[in-house]
Amino acid sequence: MRPTFSIIFFTVISGAGYGLWMLVGLAFALAWPGCLLDAEIGPVDAQSSVCGMPSTLAVAWAAGFLLVSAGLLSSLAHLGQPQRAWRALSQWRSSWLSREGVAALLAYVPATGLFLIWLGQQSPGHLVPALLLENETLVRVTGALLAAASIVTVFCTANIYACLKPIRAWNNRLVVPAYLAFAALSGMLLLWALATLPSRDLVPAAQETVWSVLLPSAVIVLAVISAAIKLTYWKQIDQPSGLRTAHVIGLDGLGNVRSFEQPHTQENYLTHEMGFRIARKHSRKLRLICLLAGFATPAILALLALLVPGPGGVAAWIGLLAGMFGIFLERWLFFAEARHAVMLYYGAHGD
Amino acid sequence: MTSLPAAATRKLGLVIDLDTCVGCHACAVACKEWNDGGSFGPLPDKDTHGPEPEGVWFNRVHSYEATGMGSGEWGMATAKSEAKSSCTSPIPDSQFLIPGTIHFPRSCLHCETPACVTVCPTGASYKRAEDGIVLVDEDKCIGCQLCAWACPYGAREFSAQRGVMQKCTLCVDRIYNETLDEADRQPACVLACPTRARHFGDLGDAQSDVSKLVAERGGYALMPEFGYQPVNRYLPPRPRRDASRANSHPQPAAEAIDTTQMSPLLRWVDRVLSR
Ligand code: SF4
Ligand code: SF4
Repeated sequence: MRPTFSIIFFTVISGAGYGLWMLVGLAFALAWPGCLLDAEIGPVDAQSSVCGMPSTLAVAWAAGFLLVSAGLLSSLAHLGQPQRAWRALSQWRSSWLSREGVAALLAYVPATGLFLIWLGQQSPGHLVPALLLENETLVRVTGALLAAASIVTVFCTANIYACLKPIRAWNNRLVVPAYLAFAALSGMLLLWALATLPSRDLVPAAQETVWSVLLPSAVIVLAVISAAIKLTYWKQIDQPSGLRTAHVIGLDGLGNVRSFEQPHTQENYLTHEMGFRIARKHSRKLRLICLLAGFATPAILALLALLVPGPGGVAAWIGLLAGMFGIFLERWLFFAEARHAVMLYYGAHGD
Repeated sequence: MTSLPAAATRKLGLVIDLDTCVGCHACAVACKEWNDGGSFGPLPDKDTHGPEPEGVWFNRVHSYEATGMGSGEWGMATAKSEAKSSCTSPIPDSQFLIPGTIHFPRSCLHCETPACVTVCPTGASYKRAEDGIVLVDEDKCIGCQLCAWACPYGAREFSAQRGVMQKCTLCVDRIYNETLDEADRQPACVLACPTRARHFGDLGDAQSDVSKLVAERGGYALMPEFGYQPVNRYLPPRPRRDASRANSHPQPAAEAIDTTQMSPLLRWVDRVLSR
């Protein structure tokens, strides 16, 4: 399948954005509002039981917003009639693409909620009624909804591909776990990098220690899980399917069938879109680069950051760059290595 | 609505005879011509007279050579059906003659449970409840091309010029068209075929001509393992007559002439010609 830039950019960038939002949402749902990490942060004002939002989370929210929005916009670039994109929200009963669109828009609702909470805290008592800000349950539920919507959106994205039976490499049980794992990994790499930025605030030393241990450890775990999924996936798609041209025309009995005349002398939409071949020649090397850059480098850097505290910031940012490069390459291979059954009509072999 | 309708009783579709198709592309050309001006057109091409012409056709004709048997000439081959039960060959295990070349027209099979319809996010792709024809509403299509990915048969082509997906309509604007003669209310490809290799009818009706033809000739569906349940059927090439002789190419035996029975003139002619 042709690796179209707008789709690769969309899935990687919005995946990272949703991964980040998932983590931000989880932080809101589990830890932050009740000041569980550190009671010293204290309530935002005397009457409130809710803590001030750590600036790392605010920055992460904003980064997630940018990535998710940029990804969604780039996905429109792939459409033949982008001005009608709103119609894609209508068929959620049957279509994963439609479900993805609905989930993506719904995710903006709790995301906006968190933004309002942050905004309200900037000038207590003015923009957002204190009643809402003080309601710890409300804050936690908003966070949980953001995390859930982010996971659901990535789940839908992955299923767009996983449900396509004619493309064997996509119609695979590991596609959905892989998309979720890569989203979580890229989100975690982003959060780790953002957490090393000088923060103006509210995050006292005690909490910084927690972050600086928690984040690299999570990076290591996610990198290992992602690499394991991808290695297993590659092993599975390398199994020959045994499908042949004789089979797709329904005459298996003919044995070997060779296409001696194509229906058209020049390329057509199908051969252009589904007859992409370049990657397979270099797939071994590209896979190795993907493993080294995408998973090994961030994991090793995270390990270093745990063992040698100090230049954690540099490690985190290099880890982020390497990781994103690896995930881009992974997504490129995901398209380029996948073969569509229709190419057998054109005499392709052995998909 | 891209959810599929409850099973249609009428299943309009095509039956294509691979025995008689000669690969002349008349169906493909007639299709392009009708649909370029029909209600689902136009079908614009880019670079029409340049070196890289490209555009949408609803029908594409492939030509294959069966190489398993050697030179690709008419000859004898042993058909072995694949062991996989879901992919069984329509041709049974037997010694029979197969043609060296197969011409294979490929177009939408108007599947009963096609994923091209269910993956569509906009409702542009739909299957008609009344006759099972699968269509694209070009006013709703956003050109996401997911449906083309979902079709294993390559029946959908995206028009870069128009920004929407296009596909075979089974000439829905001909078959119900009361301004046409009754005899012309057939898909353009069917009417154009010089060898009558294409047949149109209701495959949901066991008594229809096309259903009888399928039953008689062992018509089969393409790649049933995907579960799309194509409506169109293909008729396999017939075993060639007299399998034992076609392969050996026997020379005609020299005729024996009894010259003693002939007139002197003819005997002289025979002598001269036999030199
Ligand atoms: S042949 Fe392809 S386009 Fe036609 S109905 Fe079946 S899946 Fe859809
Ligand atoms: S290209 Fe058009 S018809 Fe096909 S799935 Fe997308 S919106 Fe539906």
